[in-house]
Amino acid sequence: MGEAIVVTSGKGGVGKTTTSANLGTALALHGKKVCMVDTDIGLRNLDVVMGLENRIIYDLIDVAEGRCRLNQALVKDKRFDELYMLPAAQTKDKHDVSPEQVRDMVLELKKDYDFVIIDCPAGIEQGFRNAVAGADRAIVVTTPENAAVRDADRIIGLLEQSHIPALLVINRIRQSMVKSGEMLDIDEICQVLAIDLLGIVPDDEKVIKAANSGEPTVMDPSSRAAIAYRNIARRILGDKVPLMQLDDKAGMLQRFRKFLGIG
Amino acid sequence: MTEKQHITIKGVKEGLVFLLDDKCEFSQLLDELHYKLDTSHQQLLTGPLVHVHVKLGQRQASEEQKEQIVNTIRKRGNLLVQSVEAEPAVGEAAAKDELKMLTGIIRSGQTIEHTGHLLLMGDLNPGGTLLCTGDIYVLGSLRGMAHAGIGGRTDVIIAASQLKPTQLRIADVISRPPDEWITGDTLMEFAFLQDGQMKIDKLSGLFRIRRDPIVFKGV
Repeated sequence: MGEAIVVTSGKGGVGKTTTSANLGTALALHGKKVCMVDTDIGLRNLDVVMGLENRIIYDLIDVAEGRCRLNQALVKDKRFDELYMLPAAQTKDKHDVSPEQVRDMVLELKKDYDFVIIDCPAGIEQGFRNAVAGADRAIVVTTPENAAVRDADRIIGLLEQSHIPALLVINRIRQSMVKSGEMLDIDEICQVLAIDLLGIVPDDEKVIKAANSGEPTVMDPSSRAAIAYRNIARRILGDKVPLMQLDDKAGMLQRFRKFLGIG
Repeated sequence: MTEKQHITIKGVKEGLVFLLDDKCEFSQLLDELHYKLDTSHQQLLTGPLVHVHVKLGQRQASEEQKEQIVNTIRKRGNLLVQSVEAEPAVGEAAAKDELKMLTGIIRSGQTIEHTGHLLLMGDLNPGGTLLCTGDIYVLGSLRGMAHAGIGGRTDVIIAASQLKPTQLRIADVISRPPDEWITGDTLMEFAFLQDGQMKIDKLSGLFRIRRDPIVFKGV
């Protein structure tokens, strides 16, 4: 029996889909059997980020309405043998499937897969209720902005009511802005949200490039975000990995300058 | 019935009101009710359909006891029990000043409402709301909206280990930090009303507005 993890945030655009795609891929890199479920019906993105859009035949709504079996709707990843995706429908909307139906699908997937990663839509309505219905635990993604933290707080409150334990991922951190006090720092966010931190992901242009080319960032080890996502996957698997040092990279040259007294 | 009467029956516009004594034994009350209905007040209690309101005074009657009263009265075919009511007990009035302790985090979108004073062991996050008729004390960070004295009490305070609210309200007065006030340090402070204006002070200054008599022992 595997584990179902929902990736959620409340606010849109903070990186739920990116996190889902990268986490799923990173777990597959570790040789785990992973199935990703896109519950953002009507606005599906996960397939685009994974570069699997052209392989979709059936979708989640087809399964819910009995037009196909669950296995038929799963799309196999082109890079890994044990990575699958259940795409959302693009033509329907979130009210065409019920939380019970999603829960049944997730339960069935859990029998065959080590991890079921559920990509949740933004918002707290039906789409959210669908996504969390079958989840064993949650990853709450936020960015260092007040609005995102506020929404994450709301989501954590709702998850607590559903008794789903939540872990925090802080995405798109710009260390230079944090240092100058223009961006919330990690401690501040953790203090407000008061849940355990699963990982931090630095802002990285390679993530955008990767999403556009349909190749998850984790595949490129030269990207800092990739390392961050790999760390997150290892922590989910139970490894103890220290938090990433965010200001190391710009280090060498700056340290040298500092040494000379001009930095 | 030579002793003190425990039941008074009054005629009002809506029908009859049974005023039941709240000090005597319940069984005594029931006996007397039987007696009155069956013997002494025959002429009054026969005739057309009459609505009856039962007032229990301050007696804290259980559902079962209420049921017994209703059944007894209902035995007279023409009496229709409309309500069985008790006045709010003295204990409840006292509860208004009782302190309730609550552990947890009030997150964005969550609202807690309480009658009396409230001690929150945890944070009140931005977007969260705390409503209280009495004082609010937060052992943690107060970052959301706190409203003390929702019933109109102006002598209440809002105190917090860290007072960084989005908005504070006491009775009808609304205050918006940091536009209206900002203190350098936000640790161990409280808000109170003075001349209809919200003021913030260090918690150590609380004794100036309210002071409990403290008996010191020893020298």
